[in-house]
Amino acid sequence: MNLNLFYHFGNFVIWQAQIFKRPENGSMYYKETVRQMYDIGIGSLPIVFLISIFIGAVTAVQFYYQMAGSLIPAYYIGYIVRDMTIIELAPTITCLVLAGKVGSNMAAEIGGMRQKEHIDAMEIMGVNTSAYLILPKLIASLLMIPILVCAAALIGILGAYIASVPAGLFSSAEFIKGVRSFFIPYNVIMMLVKAFVFAYILTGVSCYQGYFVKGGSIELGQASTRAVVYSNILILLADYIIALILTA
Amino acid sequence: MIRAEKIFKNFGDQAVLKGIDFTFEAGKTNLVIGKSGSGKTVLLKILVGLFQPTSGNIWYSDINLVSADKESLRKLRMEVGMLFQGNALFDSMTIEENIRFPLDMFTTKTLKEKKDRVNYCLERVSLEGNNNKFPSEISGGMQKRVGIARAIVLNPKYLFCDEPNSGLDPQTSITIDELILNITKDNKITTIINTHDMNSVMEIGENICLLDKGKLAWQGSKDEVLISKNEVLHDFIFASPFLQKLIENSK
Ligand SMILES: Nc1ncnc2c1ncn2[C@@H]1O[C@H](COP(=O)(O)OP(=O)(O)O)[C@@H](O)[C@H]1O
Ligand SMILES: [Mg+2]
Repeated sequence: MNLNLFYHFGNFVIWQAQIFKRPENGSMYYKETVRQMYDIGIGSLPIVFLISIFIGAVTAVQFYYQMAGSLIPAYYIGYIVRDMTIIELAPTITCLVLAGKVGSNMAAEIGGMRQKEHIDAMEIMGVNTSAYLILPKLIASLLMIPILVCAAALIGILGAYIASVPAGLFSSAEFIKGVRSFFIPYNVIMMLVKAFVFAYILTGVSCYQGYFVKGGSIELGQASTRAVVYSNILILLADYIIALILTA
Repeated sequence: MIRAEKIFKNFGDQAVLKGIDFTFEAGKTNLVIGKSGSGKTVLLKILVGLFQPTSGNIWYSDINLVSADKESLRKLRMEVGMLFQGNALFDSMTIEENIRFPLDMFTTKTLKEKKDRVNYCLERVSLEGNNNKFPSEISGGMQKRVGIARAIVLNPKYLFCDEPNSGLDPQTSITIDELILNITKDNKITTIINTHDMNSVMEIGENICLLDKGKLAWQGSKDEVLISKNEVLHDFIFASPFLQKLIENSK
């Protein structure tokens, strides 16, 4: 078990070195990157929107419930929701969900190409398949996922507003005052660092699971599941480590 | 010319190839024949470099594939075309895009030049006008021919075909065989074909290598097949009940 873990880690590192080679043909890579950016970015907007709005809403309502009857001023709600979303909820929840949506998709797509010998066919032609199949996905993820995370943070705060102000939990002015209080720009940097790291983890892990798949459709399903599970575990682990480092 | 020199291949403790020595000649159709599971595909994948042999050497003229550096390997790859057993056509691309893929990837030709080349290759395999169909929209025989067109688009010096007529009816099989033979002759390339189809053997077998239990059991040409007294070869050829009946009747 432990040896296996070392084997996969070593294999992953060697494979990553293959990815960052000079492309055979820039325009083919460029085209593929644009296609991936569209898939990952635009394709994930609806689900990111839906999830963020609910996360924001629930956070606001729950905090209102906990604060009710205490001496903490009501406008603190806006402040708490904003920082919760930016520091933790937007990057982590968004990336956990994207691991399920984008990651499993990548593993299945690349794994299918492996099983149908598409990867072998490209290798014979002389294509560096690790680079051609992975690099565009990686670049697209690293560009689009941080943008999605920023959107998630904004939408989350919006969700909190929509869920609580019309319901009369506190006033619009209080909420907005809260959102504008005690703002620390460093938190946004923390959010972006998380977004980049999580994007790399979910793309790398998922593509790895697909690229080295063996067997048939059952194994492909398992690889797709592993892509999601391992990405999620590593994202949460990385979340903890980044929190330790960046708040030290 | 490609020369395989003492090729051994193990998967775990299963020995699949046990010392294959064979020369695949230029300008000829070289056939690798043998029962299913005899290691034909493994040998082919070793010859093209998809698998590393456990030991042994593969000589492309004077370059050893096993120990070649990255740069000469890359150059060599440009001279190799391969038709896969399952075609391996990219299913989200049209037929034209499939055939154009190597051109897009490795050449700086204009789109017009590339399209001309694609159309030439499509004509070569009698599929002109099918540019915009998807692989799933054409028959198995047509898919094979698209696979051949893609394999020859960069004018390879070496053409590999893994079971080019498995799953095809006898007539379509013959057209595919003839196509491969013609391409071999016209372009003077080294062609290596895996097959277990006796019709192909008798039609295009110019230089045949019979694999049995991971060893070279017999070699020769189609003219030598019927006069050979080799037992493994005999068993392989006359395995078909149809042939058995014919022989019994003619006695
Ligand atoms: N990737 C692989 N891993 C392990 N064993 C393999 C692999 N590929 C082929 N084999 C084994 O090698 C033997 C020969 O297979 P193959 O070359 O595909 O036969 P065929 O002559 O029908 O093409 C089979 O017994 C198969 O189990
Ligand atoms: Mg085979």
